[in-house]
Amino acid sequence: MTEQKRILVKGNEAVGMGAIRAGCLYYFGYPITPQNEIPEFMSRELPRHDGEFVQAESELASINMVLGASAVGVRSMTSSSSPGISLMQEGLSYLAGQELPAVVINVVRCGPGLGGIATSQGDYFQAVKGGGHGDYRVITLAPASVQEMYDHTILAFDLADRYRNPTMVLADAVLGQMQEPIFEHGDVPPEPRKHWTLTGAANRPARHLKSLYLKEGELEAHNRMLQEKYREIQKHEVRFEEYDVDDAQLVVAAFGTSARIARTAVSRAREKGLKVGLFRPVTVFPFPGMRLCSLSERVKKFLVVEMNTGQMVEDVRLNVKGDTEVEFYGRPGGAIPTPVEVLTQIERHY
Amino acid sequence: MPTIKIESEKCKGCSLCIDVCPYELIRQERTINHQGYQYVVLADPEEQCTGCTLCALMCPDICIEVFK
Amino acid sequence: MKQVFAKPKALNDEIMHYCPGCGHGVAHRLVAEALDHYDITGRTVGVAPVGCSVLMYDYFNCDIIEAPHGRAPAVATGMKRSRSDLIVFAYQGDGDLASIGLAEIVHAANRGENITVIFINNTVYGMTGGQMAPTTLLGQKTTTSPYGRNFNTDGYPIRMAEMLAPLEGTTYVARMSLDKPVNILKARKSVFKAFEMQINNVGFSFVELLTICPTNWGMDSMESIKRIQDEMIPYFPLGVFKEKETEDYI
Repeated sequence: MTEQKRILVKGNEAVGMGAIRAGCLYYFGYPITPQNEIPEFMSRELPRHDGEFVQAESELASINMVLGASAVGVRSMTSSSSPGISLMQEGLSYLAGQELPAVVINVVRCGPGLGGIATSQGDYFQAVKGGGHGDYRVITLAPASVQEMYDHTILAFDLADRYRNPTMVLADAVLGQMQEPIFEHGDVPPEPRKHWTLTGAANRPARHLKSLYLKEGELEAHNRMLQEKYREIQKHEVRFEEYDVDDAQLVVAAFGTSARIARTAVSRAREKGLKVGLFRPVTVFPFPGMRLCSLSERVKKFLVVEMNTGQMVEDVRLNVKGDTEVEFYGRPGGAIPTPVEVLTQIERHY
Repeated sequence: MPTIKIESEKCKGCSLCIDVCPYELIRQERTINHQGYQYVVLADPEEQCTGCTLCALMCPDICIEVFK
Repeated sequence: MKQVFAKPKALNDEIMHYCPGCGHGVAHRLVAEALDHYDITGRTVGVAPVGCSVLMYDYFNCDIIEAPHGRAPAVATGMKRSRSDLIVFAYQGDGDLASIGLAEIVHAANRGENITVIFINNTVYGMTGGQMAPTTLLGQKTTTSPYGRNFNTDGYPIRMAEMLAPLEGTTYVARMSLDKPVNILKARKSVFKAFEMQINNVGFSFVELLTICPTNWGMDSMESIKRIQDEMIPYFPLGVFKEKETEDYI
């Protein structure tokens, strides 16, 4: 093994580094704060790798450029922040319907509307419940460090290709803007062979990629096939992290930046002798509901901490045993809960 | 002699070919095809067709072949 | 006896779903003849619009993807940028290209994407049942302009070829009509030229085709042809609006 060097980078740059490491040489995007370092990085680096960077006229165009690139079989990506991701929902629905792999990075800012450029987790619902029209899901990863911004980007390409499904890295403004040392490690799984790409019908029948099914029963069958795929994803791709949950009476559940803050609060609670643990979903779709369910057999209470007014808490409530108490603490609109605030909530509900 | 072959099952009876034929050699049938359209046929007893391809150029259903 | 007119090989034998007289059939044939002529069917990818011709993948023997409404030029951009060896064409109607997809077409043209766009202008939304399009002529009655298009409330019909030709990124921009054999032959030449531009890597080529929609115009085929000649061509003049020479790019 070669010696590994730690390098100090911004979260957004780590995304770009991970993407190129994963073999993504085609980036299409539109400027929006707080993710501009991603297109800036890609516009600088991709020409050096014989790739293509296109600054699209809108997020509508960038997601559809990704759709086109994906259809011809290459790894491509786009990135944006909340309002831009809203514009991409049309394209995401088509990508899901046509079963095209794509990687979308959402460096979430606060809303609704133009909202603000400060951090938020207000896009959880949009990310994990489909977001656009029709019955579909987007595989969604929730990094909590700059290292994970890098790792999850690579993982996102792998998952997208394996399941022929759009995959989102659901970051936030804090993760995009902060600097941390990372290792550029990680074996990239080989890109699967793609037998469905549109590369010219020489020596084979013509192929079509479509999501329009007009014949009776066709679209129902297509939807059922998609749901079967989502069940497979739920079976095989759930990822989560736990700290000190073994003897915990209260477990804090949080993802992304909230989980980092909660972890500090949990450590301080432990120092005070409280039996408190942390549960962090790493994939928010598929949601680690089964694990939460089994935890709830012995954990009396869950405290969900989010940077919104309560979104993931609904999934926690859906999954824990019926009589388990689930409390919520959230700060919306760009406010960030402090470890002290979370500790206060832990002590209040313990 | 030059002639045309009309695939009557593909014809939708739009009659665009009828109008462009310089010798008025194409006419619409009263019977319908499987699609439900009154298709057109070549009526050229005196073998006047010159194979000019005007009918085929107009045909939106690409169901006319021309031989010369 | 020799066959002097046959269906192009780039089209299959399916019966097209289009209404009697519809211009898509001839437009499809011209594109397919270009694919045959340059022998590029095996390395061509088509981008289908949302509109009547979304089902064009049922008729062509080349690979085809369906784009969201209006986004065909963006999808084509993504394809061509990642696989420049492919021939990529977008086929769009007037609602798709000139209304919901106006930003995509203008910017793909302005970037000079090396793609070919075939634009079908029949002054009406066909698939949704005859609503007013951005190209609907003043006074034209549609299901959403029941009293006739009025510039005070609906604005004016958009001339796309004239809009795109001045952009520095375009290399070939033409408007042709499919109303009579001689014009169809001219349109054929234009479509061939547009593909040739892409094959020679000289950039964005665009052919607008005036076609009939007898169903939504409430006319028979012959009346519809007359309408192209009497009403459409005077407002949408035919011609090649721009043609850069290959040498301009060397």
